[in-house]
Order: sequence, then structure tokens, then C-alpha cells
Amino acid sequence: MFAGFDFDVIQRALPYLGQGMLFSLGLTALAMIGGIVLGTVLALMRLSANPLLNIPAGGYVNLLRSTPLILVIFWFYFLVPLAVKQLTGDSYAQGIGPFYSALIAFTLFEAAYYCEIIRAGIQSVPAGQVNAAYALGLNYWQATGTVVLPQAFRNMVPILLTQGIILFQDTSLVYVVGLTDFMGAASKVAQRDGRLVEMYLFAAVIYFILCFLASLFVKRLQARITPPR
Amino acid sequence: MDFSFLSQPAFSGGGTYLDWVFVGIKWTVLVSLCAWVIAFTVGSVLGVLRTTPLRWANGLASAYVELFRNIPLLVHMFIWYFVMPEIVPSALGTWMKQGMPMPEFWSAVFALGFYTASRVAEQVRSGIQSIPKGQTNAALATGLTLPQTYRHVLLPMGYRIVIPPLTSEFLTIFKNSSVALTIGVLELTAQARTISEYTFRTFEIFTLATVVYVLITLLVTVAMQVVEKRLRVPGYIGTGK
Repeated sequence: MFAGFDFDVIQRALPYLGQGMLFSLGLTALAMIGGIVLGTVLALMRLSANPLLNIPAGGYVNLLRSTPLILVIFWFYFLVPLAVKQLTGDSYAQGIGPFYSALIAFTLFEAAYYCEIIRAGIQSVPAGQVNAAYALGLNYWQATGTVVLPQAFRNMVPILLTQGIILFQDTSLVYVVGLTDFMGAASKVAQRDGRLVEMYLFAAVIYFILCFLASLFVKRLQARITPPR
Repeated sequence: MDFSFLSQPAFSGGGTYLDWVFVGIKWTVLVSLCAWVIAFTVGSVLGVLRTTPLRWANGLASAYVELFRNIPLLVHMFIWYFVMPEIVPSALGTWMKQGMPMPEFWSAVFALGFYTASRVAEQVRSGIQSIPKGQTNAALATGLTLPQTYRHVLLPMGYRIVIPPLTSEFLTIFKNSSVALTIGVLELTAQARTISEYTFRTFEIFTLATVVYVLITLLVTVAMQVVEKRLRVPGYIGTGK
């Protein structure tokens, strides 16, 4: 089965693949940070009693969660340059490459998923904590920022990281707008050298090793930080 | 917003652009349902194996789950479509490349099916494991064999418990079916993109595609609520009885 398997192709392509991997990791990290920040805001909105806040947030989350990621990527690939044109008046939308479109698409898409995780995390904080905070005279922002969110995030770290692993796998989909992430690099080399078998199997192995190690790490972390009951 | 382009004759293939949309919906639904058949059967078997006391079966199923869920779906698609015909025995490979009907479609179905199977397996496993251990012990003590215990005690309960998570996996399979466009299946997202390239009505056609996906989600959610209500187990939290 591995007769005629050309490992040399992989070796020669390593620097290029490495750049692609840096791109994937960078996109994952930025989208994860943006997604968690925006997701926290959305979660607080969804949990608010004010219908002006919770209805739009709920609608946003449900809409994004029922739309495929690829379609969302296409949406922002189309919308972001239009928005930039509107904002800056520059009809060529210079400086806004497909990278920013992809980053915005991933951030907004992941925010919907992070919102649900964070909402569950906040709801898992005992109500007595909030009542005690208010009883001490803290206002909403103080109670949320210093009492609720720190406890919620502590419990959520493993799930947030697991979602990060899923996000890392999802970044391979920037392939559809021609960006050179790890998968994009692998597929470009595969097409150029006519070595589809080697490159795609290699990509699978690398993704597997990274995601498997990351999920082992998350499992250990979870075992360590789960408070004793 | 001007949707009149939908009734215009399409660039190729006779028909209108609206027909292209329906072709897209047809492939999205076909890929998803066929993949679900694989995902559900393979996933169920693997999930059950992970709960059995058989160590080798347990290890095998765990290995499958870890292998499949740590590789992105896009890579699965490429491996089934580009790599499979090269690494199977050459007669079969030649047939896959030249004789097999609809190679993109079946590659997408297998990729999506076996990928989702790993997720279904996890849900089925956690469903069965959430049944109190006493039930298994009681079943074995009354003289049922292990297969009978699964058939009459664990599976009827386990499947009802996992209906909600399986529903969300079923919804995910519709969304993930869009990845099939990377190997050339003309499903809904692919059709939307093609139509936008031919008509420049990007905003309208993407809106239409999004609405269709939302409708599919709503339809499945409502249908599964009915199923859930019919099959609910009395006496559990959330069943209200």
C-alpha cells in the first residue's frame, strides 16, 4: 500500500506547510479570543430580563447555529468588503484581504457557540452567590465581573478549550475562499506535485496528533480543576 | 432585494435559477439522510461496544472515536474522494475512478457518515452510561444474558434518553453536508455560490439559502419534539409525569 509513497514530497513542502500551520493556529487563537469576548456579551444579553437585549441575542445565536459555517464564510467574504466600502468610502476596500473576512466570519460564528457554553456556565453558578453579592451592595457590573464570571469561567475552561479544538478543525474550511492555512497549503502542494495521497494522509496525521494531544491535555486539566464535591 | 432573477432561465442546463436552488436542496437532503443512516447504525454499534465489558471491543470503539473526531471533516472528504481509490486494491480503485456512479456523492456520504458516527457513538455511550448501574445488575440477576439485558433493558431506555443530543447531531449533519461542495457535490451552498457568480444577486441568493437551512432546522426540531413526546419515559425530570 505504501509502495510508491513519496515521503520526499512532504519533506520538501515542510516550510510551506509550517507557514500554513502558523496561519491556522493564528486564526484559531484570534477567533477564539474574539469569540469568547463576544460570546460573553451575548450570554449576558441572553440572560438579561430586558427583552430588548435577550430577544436580539437569542435570535442571533439561533440564526448562526442553524447556518452552515461554509455559508457564513461565503457571507462575510461577500459582506466585509461591502461594509468597508461603506465605512471608508474606498471603493476597492484596500487592505481588507480574505484573511479579515475569514477572521470576522469565524469570530461571529464561534461567538454563537461560545455564547451557549458561557450561558450554561453562568447558570451553573449558585443563585446564592448573586444574591449575596447584591446584599453586600455590589451593583450588576461588580457582581457579574467579580463574583459570577470568575466562577463561571473557572468551571468552563475545559469546554471552552474543547470548543477551541473544534474551531481549529473548522479553520480548515477557509480552503473554500482560497486561503493558505495548513489544509490549504497541503492541498496546493498536493495539486502542484500530483501527490494527493501523501499530502492528504499527512494532513490527516498532523491534525490527528495535534487535536488528540490537545484533547488529552483538556481531559487532564478537567480532572485537576474540577472542584471536589 | 429583488428575487425576480430566480424565475429567469439559468445559464446552463435548461430550467430556471429556482430549479438550481431545488437541485441544491435535493442534494443537501440526500447527502444528509444517507450519511445519517451510516452515522446512526455505525455510531450505535460503536457506542454500545464502548459500554460492554469486552475489553477488545471497547478499545476498538474508543480508537475509532478518537481517530475520527480528531480529524477535520474537510480532510475526511478529501481522503474518501482523492485518496481511497489510490490505496485500495487497484481493480477496485479503477472501478471507483471510472465505473462508480456519482463518485462525489458517495464519497461525501461515506465521509460525513463515518465522521458523524464517532459523534453519535459518544452520545449513545453517555446515554447508556447514564442508566443506573442497578438496572444492569438487576437484569443480570433475573437471569437475562448480557445481550438480552441490552435488548430489553439498556437500549430501550438509552435511546430515549439520547433523543435530544441525537437531534442536534442530526441537525449538524445537515449543516456539515455543505462541506461536500469541496469535492463537487452540488448541494445548497454550492448552488447558492454558483448562482451568485452567474447573477451577482449574492445578497438575495445567500439570504434564500440561509432561510432554507433555518427552515430545515425548524422542521427537524418540531418533528423531533413530537417523537420525544411520544417516547418519553414517565418519572424522569423533564417529562412532567
